[in-house]
Amino acid sequence: MNSQQQTMDDLIRTGYQHGFVTDIEADTAPPGLSEAVIRMISAKKGEPEWLLEWRLAAYAHWLTLEEPDWAQVRHPPIDFQSISYYSAPKKKGDGPKSLDEVDPQLLDAYNKLGIPLEEQKALAGVAVDAVFDSVSVATTFRKNLADAGVLFCSMSEAVREYPELVRQHLGSVVPYKDNYFACLNAAVFTDGTFVYIPKGVRCPMELSTYFRINEANTGQFERTLIVAEAGSHVSYLEGCTAPMRDENQLHAAVVELIAMEDARIKYSTVQNWYPGDEQGKGGIYNFVTKRGDCRGDRSHISWTQVETGSAITWKYPSCILRGDDSVGEFYSVAVTRGMQQADTGTKMIHLGRNTRSTIVSKGISAGQGQNSYRGLVRMAQRAENARNHTQCDSLLIGDRCGAHTFPYIEVRNPTAKVEHEATTSKISEDQLFYCRQRGLSEENAVSMIVNGFCKEVFKELPMEFAVEAQKLLNLTLEGAVG
Amino acid sequence: MLSIKDLYAGIDGKTILQGLNLEVAPGEVHAIMGPNGSGKSTLSHVLAGRDGYEVTGGQVRFDGEDLLALATEERAHRGIFLGMQYPVELPGVNNMTFMREAMNANRRARGEPELDAVAFMKRVKEEARHLKLDEQLLKRNVNSGFSGGEKKRNEILQMAMLEPRLAILDETDSGLDIDALRVISDGVNALRTPDRSIILITHYQRLLEYIQPDHVHVLVGGRILRSGDKDLALELEEKGYGWIEEEAAA
Repeated sequence: MNSQQQTMDDLIRTGYQHGFVTDIEADTAPPGLSEAVIRMISAKKGEPEWLLEWRLAAYAHWLTLEEPDWAQVRHPPIDFQSISYYSAPKKKGDGPKSLDEVDPQLLDAYNKLGIPLEEQKALAGVAVDAVFDSVSVATTFRKNLADAGVLFCSMSEAVREYPELVRQHLGSVVPYKDNYFACLNAAVFTDGTFVYIPKGVRCPMELSTYFRINEANTGQFERTLIVAEAGSHVSYLEGCTAPMRDENQLHAAVVELIAMEDARIKYSTVQNWYPGDEQGKGGIYNFVTKRGDCRGDRSHISWTQVETGSAITWKYPSCILRGDDSVGEFYSVAVTRGMQQADTGTKMIHLGRNTRSTIVSKGISAGQGQNSYRGLVRMAQRAENARNHTQCDSLLIGDRCGAHTFPYIEVRNPTAKVEHEATTSKISEDQLFYCRQRGLSEENAVSMIVNGFCKEVFKELPMEFAVEAQKLLNLTLEGAVG
Repeated sequence: MLSIKDLYAGIDGKTILQGLNLEVAPGEVHAIMGPNGSGKSTLSHVLAGRDGYEVTGGQVRFDGEDLLALATEERAHRGIFLGMQYPVELPGVNNMTFMREAMNANRRARGEPELDAVAFMKRVKEEARHLKLDEQLLKRNVNSGFSGGEKKRNEILQMAMLEPRLAILDETDSGLDIDALRVISDGVNALRTPDRSIILITHYQRLLEYIQPDHVHVLVGGRILRSGDKDLALELEEKGYGWIEEEAAA
């Protein structure tokens, strides 16, 4: 804790740390969205016909939709024609076959972010897929994983190498008609990560994807697909950062998880997109659709998210508890400060018998931040003995921020049990005085109380990332009081 | 060590301390007694530097330094400890972690090396034993679900760990049964050293049977109207505060 506290103290004095821009020659499409752009993306990726058809169908459907406005967030209308939908660092020749061939400038960029892609330097036991703007630039430890039968690669590669698997599962959890942003994603998605864990395999290492937006005026639309066959286990983590820019940038991703019988997927997110400045200028719009399908009996999907970045966060990692005795979990810490807005939560759709779900949501608002929890718990007719427990806590720091809770509960089976607990608290002047009287600085005191508040969620993160998340949180709340 | 001269202070625009004077030398124990609303808690909060209290006149020096110019935590780093009348709960913050962070914050501020985890554990368990504080309470969150007596003992435990130069104990005896009072008094007595001073703020003479003060002061209407030795406390117990006010008015 000592050295950890030290790092916190150091961190507290710095601002957004990942705001640098990498000066790398990029192949960027001109701004604008049209069928031609979609054909261009598909051609660049050498996609099969069926995928292009799917994209075009999504685009046609998207044109009929209107941008939703029900979320508790405010922003000027997005001009979808001003966004560039494809940007890739220029490759020399055919593209890297191994890490040795990856552009050193890219390796450098990731080193700066603390994600070394050279395997000998990488965090032991963690394989990384690095996505830079629209493309995956490197995937580590592929050989080790392949030995275990695990497929871990970029989505573009998966489309080429394992077209049948992709075709079978892509869009099966989040169909393109699902919602406005998911539909847009289906039309224009550029890359992302594909994970396939064969039957009975426990993935030997943590898998992670590190998303980085670099180019100006580009959107990032990636798609992640994780398929865990019967009896398999996998733990996956994603991290995200972006340079500081005055314009808002759109990130509309889709994540689909599929867990077959007795499979377990643990999906963790540490989201630190650029949040914009204190006046609310710039920052990422993080409009993401994440959904897990507990397709098999006794399957288990667990979402853990630590959301500290983005100007606006709008996402609801959800579980469809289709299999009997399946389990869904959602653990979330969402922090808003400055002018940040978050409307986040989950959906737990209980279809199967004896399905269980747990929701633990911790919202922290500071500055003029607005934080909303929005959650749906639905017990379908055949969900005999299904159970849900929801705990939803809000912590306010200062008196200009807001916390909102919108729980939706629908129960259609009389044997189902749903519990909802909610609290709102404020870091009190008494508490701060108590800590300071004992010699702790105000920032120390706040970070201690906030970390205590989030403990339940942090303990769900893989060890290596729990420390990271804690640091981030402290960094985010720097100067939040007073 | 502590020198308060002609101190005027208050809160919300109301002046509560009206020209208070007090000199505390190293190793001395001073008891400050007085009726409700006489300014006892205001004095302790002003010395500790709580936000919201306003000093409108006079000065306070601690080891010759202008105490009022320092931030709350800086005063703590100089060795001022306030045992609170109502210790707050810190949900989610582990008691032991809290103490260790506080100790190390003080040590860092003083340029001393931090205490390592093993040495810390050993000491905190030892001190908890002296105070007959259940070890389980060390593992709980700060003051969360503690009984009144446990909270007060936890305050004295922190005092023992932080080794302050000046400890102000604000009504540490309130709400304690006789056994708890004895344990806490023993704890405080064990912390008396030739260079550590203590200010006991209390309503009752009872505490002073266990912790013998060198000086007793009577605080009425924001001023110290009378000072004496421990016999003064006995006299107050017998006659109340009224006669001092009458004498002062006369």
